[in-house]
Amino acid sequence: MGSGTLLAERESAGRQGAERSGPVLRFDRVTVSFDELRALDEVSFEVHAGESRVILGAAGSGKTVLLKTALGLIKPESGRVWVFGEDITEMPEPELFAIRARIGVLFQEGGLFDSLTIEENVGYPLENQPSLRCPPEERSRRVREALRFVELEHTLEKYPSELSGGMRRRVGIARAVVTEPELVLYDSPTAGLDPITAYTIIALIIKERDLRNITTVVVTHRYQDAHFLTNFRWDTTTGSLRPAPPGQTRVRFLVLREGRLVFEGTRAELEASRDPYLMKFVRREE
Amino acid sequence: MLDFLKPPVFAVQEFFLLAGRTFRNLFRRPHYPADIFLQMDTIGVGSLPIVSLIGFFTGAVMGMQMSKALQQYGAVGQTGQLVALTMVRELGPVLTAVVVAGRNAAGMASELGSMKVTEQIDAMRALGTDPIQKLVKPRLIATAVVLPLLTIIADFVGLFGGFIIAYFFLNLSPAQYWNNAWQSLEYLDVSFGLLKPFVFAFVVALTGCYYGLATTGGTQGVGRSTTQAVVSSIILIFVMNLFITRIYVSL
Repeated sequence: MGSGTLLAERESAGRQGAERSGPVLRFDRVTVSFDELRALDEVSFEVHAGESRVILGAAGSGKTVLLKTALGLIKPESGRVWVFGEDITEMPEPELFAIRARIGVLFQEGGLFDSLTIEENVGYPLENQPSLRCPPEERSRRVREALRFVELEHTLEKYPSELSGGMRRRVGIARAVVTEPELVLYDSPTAGLDPITAYTIIALIIKERDLRNITTVVVTHRYQDAHFLTNFRWDTTTGSLRPAPPGQTRVRFLVLREGRLVFEGTRAELEASRDPYLMKFVRREE
Repeated sequence: MLDFLKPPVFAVQEFFLLAGRTFRNLFRRPHYPADIFLQMDTIGVGSLPIVSLIGFFTGAVMGMQMSKALQQYGAVGQTGQLVALTMVRELGPVLTAVVVAGRNAAGMASELGSMKVTEQIDAMRALGTDPIQKLVKPRLIATAVVLPLLTIIADFVGLFGGFIIAYFFLNLSPAQYWNNAWQSLEYLDVSFGLLKPFVFAFVVALTGCYYGLATTGGTQGVGRSTTQAVVSSIILIFVMNLFITRIYVSL
């Protein structure tokens, strides 16, 4: 059986699961303010299981704030946030840990702990996440597995400062997926990287998405990342990306502008838009 | 006018919120004992040389100054008493706390500030750890344990500094100096002399952690937080010292 058929089956299963269980992530008129500045302004959207969501926007448009709000790291001023069907808007921190255990996250700067080795960094959630704690042997095995996934198994004993920017980003991906989360949030995964490293990172995101059919939210300002996520799939036989048949990937786009959601739809709808901001954004990045 | 007052009032509110959350978590699990011992080593053992040096020279200077004043009354023999009282009641606790504030409140603010601006604090929360439990609590407990101990050492080394002056320059016998110093100290002197560093420990640790966690604005912000942490904790130490001394003198 070809990998394409397998993936299509998994996708279909994911879609059915989504229909049964409702959205994985839901924002309902969420507003987040810092002093006078509205970082998010009445933002509403839903992300369903197995779906990939690309959030585009210029610097300062509220993309990172949106991801942190989804994790419960930032409390909204108004509106409500649901994750896995649970309202996390006013959820206390200890209860949020159980929700966060089901989410993987790659921070913009990697967010690696500079005083810990790569092994300790990747194993951190397995050691500290109350619902995921596991014995040291199992932790070590899973850390190696996650690092093998990003092809950095040889860096176990190194510290983040000894790695290049692209390698740190890959370690960040390993840490995000080591817990086998149901939802993974990537905050500007390719920002500041050269095109070749950026491609490697996007390939890893697609690989993780397609191998486990997980829900993926990617925040980026590069339209090229969105292009890869929409038009490519991970081929398990060749171990590389290959063009996906039209309509096979479930990727939807959100575009933020100064905290406001100005677009939600498919890539075709985005490219067909006559909105000057969207046109400028898409054309410039392409 | 209100806009001018807003940031400091907000900062005070945030400081007390942090303090409240830390106290609430003091006895809650997890406790991270390894982090507590690491901080004790950094704050306690790390500060020992400078605290001892400052204690010694302060005691020696006090010995010289006091003997000069006492000479006018023909009471040079009371030097031990004055050195002991000033060291144990005031200089030992305050100077030790100021040194630890300069050294460790700055260290806490810069370490936590760097973690904040590089999203390590957010990562910590996202990966199942409460930064209050993992970062603030160990620093507070470690400071509260080691600062009184450092103060005892500073007091003793200060007394020894005074003794060197008394023995070599004032021709007082060891028995005369030490008996005089020992007998002048009362239970209240010692208990308040140890209560002060305990209170100062909360000031130093919470101020350092507060400014670290409140850092914004990249590396420049880290520098700003570090400076603010040192300045604020030193001011607060002197203010708290005044209050505690007021309570002491009224007893």
